[in-house]
Amino acid sequence: MATALVDGPDALTGGKDAPEAVVVRFAGDSGDGMQLTGGQFTLSTALAGNDLATFPDFPAEIRAPQGTLFGVSAFQINFGSTDIETAGDQPDVLVAMNPAALKTNVPALKAGGLIIADSGEFNKRNLEKAKYDANPLEDGSLEKWQLLAFDISALTLEAVKPFGLGNKEALRCKNMWTLGLALWMFDRDRQPLIDWLNAKFKKNPVLAEANVAALNAGHAYGETAELSGPLKQYHIAPVESEPGLYRTVTGAESISLGLVAGAQLAGLHMFFGGYPITPASSILHNLAKLKEFGVTTFQAEDEIAAICSAIGASYAGQLGVTSSSGPGIALKGEAMGLAIMTELPLVIVNSQRGGPSTGLPTKTEQSDLYQAVYGRNGDAPIPVIAARSAADCFDCAIEACRIAVQYMTPVILLTDGYIANAAEPWKVPDPATYTPFPVTFLEEANGPDGKVLPFARDEKGARPWIKPGTPGLMHRIGGIEKNPGTGNIDYSPASHQIMTDARKAKVDGVAKSIPAQDVTLGDETGKLAVVGWGSTFGPIHQAVRRVRRKGLSVSHIHVRHVWPMPENLGDLLKGFDKVLVPEMNTGQFKTVLRDQYLVDAKPLNKTSGQPFTIAEIEAAIEAALV
Amino acid sequence: MNDMTPFTTTLKDWETDQEVRWCPGCGDYAILKAVQRTLPEIGANPAKTVFVSGIGCSSRFPYYVESYGFHTIHGRAPAFVTGIKLANPELDVWMVTGDGDGMSIGGNHTMHIIRRNVNVQILLFNNEIYGLTKGQYSPTSREGTNSPTSPMGSVDRPALPCAFALGSGARFIARAYDVSKNLPAVLKAAHAHKGAAFVEIFQNCIVYNKDRFDDFVAKGVADQNQLWLADGEPMLFGSEKSGGVKGIALDMETLSLKVVDVVDGDWQAAGVIVHNVKNRAIAHMLVEMPFGPFPMALGVIFDDPRPSYEETLLAQDEQARAGKSANLAALLAKGQTWTVSGTAADPV
Repeated sequence: MATALVDGPDALTGGKDAPEAVVVRFAGDSGDGMQLTGGQFTLSTALAGNDLATFPDFPAEIRAPQGTLFGVSAFQINFGSTDIETAGDQPDVLVAMNPAALKTNVPALKAGGLIIADSGEFNKRNLEKAKYDANPLEDGSLEKWQLLAFDISALTLEAVKPFGLGNKEALRCKNMWTLGLALWMFDRDRQPLIDWLNAKFKKNPVLAEANVAALNAGHAYGETAELSGPLKQYHIAPVESEPGLYRTVTGAESISLGLVAGAQLAGLHMFFGGYPITPASSILHNLAKLKEFGVTTFQAEDEIAAICSAIGASYAGQLGVTSSSGPGIALKGEAMGLAIMTELPLVIVNSQRGGPSTGLPTKTEQSDLYQAVYGRNGDAPIPVIAARSAADCFDCAIEACRIAVQYMTPVILLTDGYIANAAEPWKVPDPATYTPFPVTFLEEANGPDGKVLPFARDEKGARPWIKPGTPGLMHRIGGIEKNPGTGNIDYSPASHQIMTDARKAKVDGVAKSIPAQDVTLGDETGKLAVVGWGSTFGPIHQAVRRVRRKGLSVSHIHVRHVWPMPENLGDLLKGFDKVLVPEMNTGQFKTVLRDQYLVDAKPLNKTSGQPFTIAEIEAAIEAALV
Repeated sequence: MNDMTPFTTTLKDWETDQEVRWCPGCGDYAILKAVQRTLPEIGANPAKTVFVSGIGCSSRFPYYVESYGFHTIHGRAPAFVTGIKLANPELDVWMVTGDGDGMSIGGNHTMHIIRRNVNVQILLFNNEIYGLTKGQYSPTSREGTNSPTSPMGSVDRPALPCAFALGSGARFIARAYDVSKNLPAVLKAAHAHKGAAFVEIFQNCIVYNKDRFDDFVAKGVADQNQLWLADGEPMLFGSEKSGGVKGIALDMETLSLKVVDVVDGDWQAAGVIVHNVKNRAIAHMLVEMPFGPFPMALGVIFDDPRPSYEETLLAQDEQARAGKSANLAALLAKGQTWTVSGTAADPV
């Protein structure tokens, strides 16, 4: 089970003092520091030993106008003493720092859930900005929920008064006050937060003290205030996890670490060419700090230069990597074709966001699957891998590196805005348990009479990797069709046929090197297979778990290797009467499955920029089985 | 250029077994020969030499040089070069591009490779036309150029490649033309320059823009219309035979260049400027001199090296690595961690 929603009585209101899981959403103005509050709450939750999943949801504007509905930034966390795989469908607790945050987030709150609102911000101006005719804290419109409204602004100002901060600076401590209250509610240790604040404001001890004072004040408020009713303290027991060392990790961190590990396993220096774009930039940020791991990062003038420089580095013998999001990936298309044509290794990471065009820069979607699998001119096959979670990004990045160097091919690794930003606990892997895949460069002529054959192929269909600088192996490569062996320009009909077939056979052959498709949950045959890929893993898994408890014959299959797909997938799907494919797009993987296996896959689509809820998938499963 | 042990080769060693496929009489043949003649003279090692190109007639160049070669995509050669040089700064890289490839579709990348000062020789073959796509006007075509896409004459103002390069922060710019006997010397100077060396080579497209540069390269007019620059030498052109020796002087009132007559060889009296390759202000004036009233400035116009991009960036990488070990296990376990032993979690 995952969320409090699952098991009947509402976690915080049903009289249970020790719920198994709780969903809390912090919402405020984009300047209120909600992402930071959420991040720190996540850390304290992890330290308390709970399993968790988070969903940061913020506007594209850096400083959206204050108090507006579109300027609301929210951070949701689901944590509990059981396995947590989604950020939770409906929050049990909503912390609303202003009227706009309340208005945009309260519809999601579970009936009977708890609202904690800063009444100090519910003034005429802010109510107008949030388009409220009357103050919702007073007009009874929130009676479906439990409401706790108090003047957090005033309480914060009071708490930080001794430090002589200006009004604006003092109010910035509101998020720490709120965090203090939340820490009290869930019986959390404040010390790691205090340490973190002292480190963060090392250069400004007054700010550090003020923030700590606000944190303590919020905590004390919960402890001492004679609040009857909803505000109670809860203790969420630690989850029973596999013993080991844990940390929290976001998808962007995990990808960066996986790429570093992948390059090490290949025995190569990594070259990362990137260009700033949301939500992919954090990978470039992370790698820029990891130079001691044999990483060179290059901030290029545009997306095209980013991928071209990476291909240049691969040509010169390093592991070229580039990363972007949909619009940037579109720009890289022609260069991907060159990497396919010249058969050079390359890893392309796409942190998908809502599209087309600029679309939803900070919201999630899985709508670049066609782009990854089909989106280039010519017959241009590329292996495509999709990560299912933040932690899974690590293994997927390693796998992408392996395929790239073993098959001399570009590889696309798909993640999305949700995975990139969301944090989850991660059992720190031991790098020694991964099998190395060291690269060998061609050092001597491989053809008759000392000739170089740059496009001779090994048993995998891969050509040799030849570093410029190697004596005696001079040769020319390029994007023009070439002779199957020498690589010299050759437009002849036979040559293009042979080379097109060879490129396709090579990428198809990647399927031989990947594990057979497993069934993540449920039986190998049955009435319904729910087939997913990427970040829909959590909600699909939980929905399938719920319907199986009801006795329904449903299995969850989650595909990592989107192209080429595992060799047994077609047969596996034939063992089910029906196939349902939930995706955050209009049905792209469903189409690929239909095309590849002639299976009557049915779509379940969502393109709101928000992840699926468990309930949505559960309802679709039940409808499919009627 | 790179500091490398001189390597002994002959022109023949730099020829590939590939049939050269430019139109008979194309200026590219002359440039290819000039490059193949220059490479042995500079002691280049074929195994350490890489020719990188974009797309266009000029960009077929790598196929004809017996070294490593990478024929990439339209306009993007500078980005590939940057990746290659960051991955292996020991490679001696020549980039071959054209007026369409380097000034139009790839103008952005041309600017950035120059601004960053990647250590590479950039040869921009300027024929003022799109040849490979059959004769459309290019970003360097003169106003009024008739072409399939400008049947009434082009109205675009032409770009000046050397002015663009200087504006992008170039530390070396030079000009020459395909059949010039001075081309190898210019290429040698470009190679000797550490950093991005930008060389514009006027090239005769005999099919779509035939003899476009005859106003200064044709026999009989070359003498009075070509200003060959040499560091430390006065800026003189013309001869008694062609109507008098002339020089370039600075008009102090307007701060602009002017053509002056040199009487009896006394260029000093005429105020002729002595070329200083490190003078950036004069370089700007030289590349913008309108042809007609002025001669065409050729040779090394500007040469004032600065540390190269890859040298600086890789040194910074080394600095970042100094004293640190690449312990992956430690990296993975970085940050706030906790240990699970059974059910309880302990902060680490």
